[in-house]
Parts: sequence; C-alpha cells; structure tokens
Amino acid sequence: MPEPFRPFSSRLVPLLADNVDTDQIIPARFLKVTDKEGLGEGLFADWRYDADGRPRQGFVLNRPGMAGRAVLLAGDNFGAGSSREHAPWALRAFGFRAVLATSFADIFRANALKNGLLPVELPAGDHAALAAAVAADPDAEVTVDLEAGTLTLPDGRAVGFTVDPFARRMLLEGTDELGYLLAQGDAVTAYEATHPARVDTLAPSGPPNAGRG
Amino acid sequence: MPAPRTLLAKVWDDHVVVEPPGLPTVLYVDLHLVHEVTSPQAFSGLAARGLKARRPDLTLATADHSVPTSDRSLPIADDLARAQVERLTRNCAEHGIPLHGMDSPHQGIVHVIGPELGLTQPGMTIVCGDSHTATHGALGALAFGIGTSEVEHVLATQTLLQRRPRTFEVRVEGRLAAGVTAKDVILALLARIGVGGGTGHVFEYTGPAIRALSMEQRMTICNMSIEGGARAGMVAPDDTTFEYVAGRPYAPGGAAWERALAAWRTLPGDDGAAYDRSVTLDAGALEPMVTYGTNPGMGMPISGRVPDPDRTADPAGRKALAKALSYMDLRPGEPLLGQPVDVVFIGSCTNSRISDLRQAAALLRGQRVDPRVRVLVVPGSNDVKRQAEAEGLAEVFRAAGAEWREAGCSMCIAMNGDQLAPGQYAVSTSNRNFEGRQGAGGRTFLASPLTAAASALAGRIADARPLVERARAVV
Repeated sequence: MPEPFRPFSSRLVPLLADNVDTDQIIPARFLKVTDKEGLGEGLFADWRYDADGRPRQGFVLNRPGMAGRAVLLAGDNFGAGSSREHAPWALRAFGFRAVLATSFADIFRANALKNGLLPVELPAGDHAALAAAVAADPDAEVTVDLEAGTLTLPDGRAVGFTVDPFARRMLLEGTDELGYLLAQGDAVTAYEATHPARVDTLAPSGPPNAGRG
Repeated sequence: MPAPRTLLAKVWDDHVVVEPPGLPTVLYVDLHLVHEVTSPQAFSGLAARGLKARRPDLTLATADHSVPTSDRSLPIADDLARAQVERLTRNCAEHGIPLHGMDSPHQGIVHVIGPELGLTQPGMTIVCGDSHTATHGALGALAFGIGTSEVEHVLATQTLLQRRPRTFEVRVEGRLAAGVTAKDVILALLARIGVGGGTGHVFEYTGPAIRALSMEQRMTICNMSIEGGARAGMVAPDDTTFEYVAGRPYAPGGAAWERALAAWRTLPGDDGAAYDRSVTLDAGALEPMVTYGTNPGMGMPISGRVPDPDRTADPAGRKALAKALSYMDLRPGEPLLGQPVDVVFIGSCTNSRISDLRQAAALLRGQRVDPRVRVLVVPGSNDVKRQAEAEGLAEVFRAAGAEWREAGCSMCIAMNGDQLAPGQYAVSTSNRNFEGRQGAGGRTFLASPLTAAASALAGRIADARPLVERARAVV
C-alpha cells in the first residue's frame, strides 16, 4: 500500500530524450522475477552499464550527486511501449517520486499513478524553461505539491498541473483502487445477472480446430 | 433518435458497470488473459488480502514470454524463468484458472491462442498484462494491455477503473499491391503519426483495404496499435470475422451462435458517428516497409534511404534520429536494401500465425537461406506448429536451413535465451526495434514475413516483390 503523497522538494535528474520506452527503463531480462523488490539495479541498465557491468561515464544517473534525487525530468511521450509495471517499480526503487514530461504513454501513466510515482505533464514552454534552469544550475530544485496541483520552478514560479482527480485522491490518501473496486461488488453482481458470460474458459464448446488461416 | 455511436462506444457502453459523474468507469471484463511475467505480483497481492480470483471461468493463462523454444522435454535451464513458470502453474491451480502450460497442446503466445481457440469474439472486452493485447481488437473486441496492479484488480473483481478513451479513425483506402502486406500498412501508419501519435485514443481501422484483409492480417495491424501510442485498435466485425470465429473450440454453437451473430451484426459504427481524430492512408501507394531506427515509427519504404538528421527541422527529432542512427550504426542517405544481416526472426504475436508462415515458406520453398544468416522460425502456438507441420511448411523451413522451433515469444522480447549478440543486425517480423529489445546491443529492422524471408535468402535486406511474382505466392 503506498504512502500518502505529500509535498516535497528535490533536485532533478535530467533525461531529456523523447519516447523513452519501458524496455530502456527496465530491460526485459530483469522481468524474470516474481516480486517487486530489487528492481532499482535494473533501472536504465543498458544506458547505465556497459556489457561488462561497468558504469558508463556520461550517463546522467552515473554522474556524481544524482543519488537521492526524487524527480526525473524526461522529454516527450515518456514510458512508451510495453505495459510492464516493473518500470514504475524500478523508478520508485531508485528513489524517484515524480517524473516531469510533456506527455506520457497511457499505460505507463496508469501504472505510475498506482505506485506513488507522480506523472506531471508540463506545457512545452514550462518544460523548456525548466530544462534551461537545470542546464544552468544542475542543483536547482523544484517543489511538487499534488494537493495544490503545482510544481514550483527554481525561479519560484508555480506552474499548475492536473492529474486524474480520482487517481489524485488515491495518491493523497495513500490508498489503492482495489478497495474501491471491491466495494462495487453488488453492482458487479447485478451487471453479471443481466449480462451472461460470453465464454467459459473452463469448458470449450467444441473440438480444437488448429491453425485455420 | 439516439446519437450515432462508434464501434468503440457500443462495446464500451455494453460493459459499464457504473459510471458515476466525474469518476472513472467501472468497466466489466469479459476475458482476462494471464501469462507468467506480469502476473506473479498480482497473485501475491490477492494472497495478501485473502482474495480469490472472482471469475476463473473468464480467465485463461499460458506460459509464453520466458519459455524456451528449444526441446520441451527438458526442464527450463534458466532458474528464474523456471521459477516464474512454476509460480504461474501454482497460482492457476490455487485459483482454479485454466492454464495452457508448456505441456499443453494449445500453449502459445497469449495473443495467438485467444483468437485461435475462439475465445476472442466481437464485442467483448479483453485485457491482459501485455501491451500487445490490442491484437484481439481485430475481431471487433475492445482489447488493451494493463499493468500488474490492474491484473490484480481484474482477478479480484473482474472489473477495471477506466476513463472513456477518444477515438481515432485510421482509414485505409485503395488496394494493396502484391507483396505489400498488413505489416507494411501498420509500419506506414507509425511512420506517419509517430510512436506517440495515438496516445489517449483507440484506433478504429476502416476502409476498403482493411475490409479486404484476412482476420490474421487484421490482427497484425491491431497488434501494433500500441506502437502508435493507442492502447487498443479495432476493426468492425464483418463476414470475414464471423467465418473466422465459427466452429472454433470456444465459439458459441447452435442457437447460441445465431444469437451471437445477431448481436455482432449490430456492432459496426452507426452512419454519422464521429471520431475525435482521423488519418487516411492510400494502400495502393504503399510499398514494403522497413525500420531504420530504434522505435517502430522510424520506418521507411524499402527502396528508400536512411533519413538525415541534418535535414530534420525539429531539434528533438534531430537529436533522436542521430542517436538512433548511431545505435544502429547506419549513415544518413544510405539505402537499406543490401544491408547485411546476421539473424532473421520470423515469429511474435505480430506475425507468427499460419498465414504468416505460409507467406514466408512460399518464398523459401526449394531455396537455401544465406549460410551467414541464422534464421529462426517460431510458430505462435502449438496449434500453429502442428498445422505448419501438417502442411509441410516446417519441412520447407528446415530444408531451407532455418531453425524450426517451439512456440513462444522468443526473440521478440529475448527473455528466454533466444537473442541477438551485441552489434548483430536482425530482420525481425516482431513489433519493437527498441535499443536492446532483441538482446543487449542488438539491432533490429522490423519488416513483414515476406521481407524477412527474402532477406534470409539474400543474407541482406531484400525486396520480396520480385520473388513474390516468381513464386506466385499466396499473399
């Protein structure tokens, strides 16, 4: 169960590429696990480490002073591709609590919101201003306030952002959606009473007929 | 008169459990497909709350992502993969969920076996912890990938919290030329709109070129909807759809079939139903497509030349293209035709069905692949595998010097040991050319099964069209 999402300030990790896909966030070979633990080491593994496992100089996470930063400043369409929830698990395991981008892939956004990782979608102008501020001062800080719906930039200017109101409530309360869904049990039963099942996976109706074109 | 509705709206409306103002819809799920990689944490979540799967009879599991495609009589050598498959087996037994495990005659890639078994039907809602769930939309279902938390939600409640997506019509006019296939249509769409072009939307593929496609070709197109950022892609059901479903193991029979058919015929969008966005492609203008970069939107006609970052106006696009070409070790302006390749992979939920294998075999029959190239042919399911063996296709592949392997995701996601070595080039019929997708440091050219087969013969990226004419292939 996630913690309630409180305002926080942090320096940023700039990763200003567009279309960063979830195969980069966590390569598939790290997906052979059966729990959510220990995925931080796989985060951006092929960008962080060479084939021999040595840190690649130049990749942002390997620069001094990046450890402990809780905000990732990404480009456009962050989290494209695979639906793997291991991506937000790995980002959280590394310590990230928010990703700032001009847009997010749909499945990644939904997965992030369920794991206490806030996807903050910024207008292009504010995003560019923030990127410039971080380029000028790599230790510049932002403040993320979900309740107020504001991101305070290094120059003190507060930029508004929106998050799906239901997901926002879940994050602020530190609850998850399953409790809400379980509470809809009567409505689900009523739906099932008037909508017969389309298939029964336990009982095929006829013999297999493999491979017709 | 009620307002005209799209296909998506009809399927959505039919699955609304509750839709309170301002809150997400509680959407009912008709079919939940489960595999070994994205489900273990969901089952653990259920156990932590003392919950059982609500509707095991609407759930089906298979092991596909991390299973070896070599000899199935041996145990899985990779300890982690073996543990994951064993966990799936235990979880399914505990919750009463039917499982097509490694020993099942119907094991296969989850998006191949759903339609093949007749579980995927028009008008259904289908989810799976896998982004290529979009495949099932080819039959007029609303099908989309979900994360593991949502897998847990569906196991526990058979519902999901969702916001109604916007609609995006992809109209394909005209007629495909010989040797140009569904894979080329979707790669052309992605090259046009980019990998984020469909974010927040569901694609509906319409137009005469789509109507003319077989079910399996429609699946190839819907499969890669997610590569354009759309969680789902749909094709309105028609006689092609109904003929495909009829008589399959889980399809309705007798009077139930007639009732189902009557309902399915009402699903296509009403005249005048509006889409939020639309784009039109001319099928007749398409040629085989191949990707040059590190996302599926970086594709071009096979006779084209690698684009030049210096001629890219947008600075972010320029940077991304330069980075992609550096990873691929390609130079601006060079043609891809003739580019040597090390591996050809024919498989994946995009292109591993019997018709894909028939196309590839038509070009390979009586030929030998270039001896420098490793060619893997991985059927999408055990059913496809048996069918291909019965038709003699497996023997065509073997005689040509290709590896004929067991069913699974294999080198599409490279979790099972089937992978590229660093620096190797592959022509792949799969869906993602991301950095390292087919093995760390590997380089992927996405293309159709025809292009893959032609390239296997040449040892280089090759245009299949002259061979198609010669073989008078079934295209």
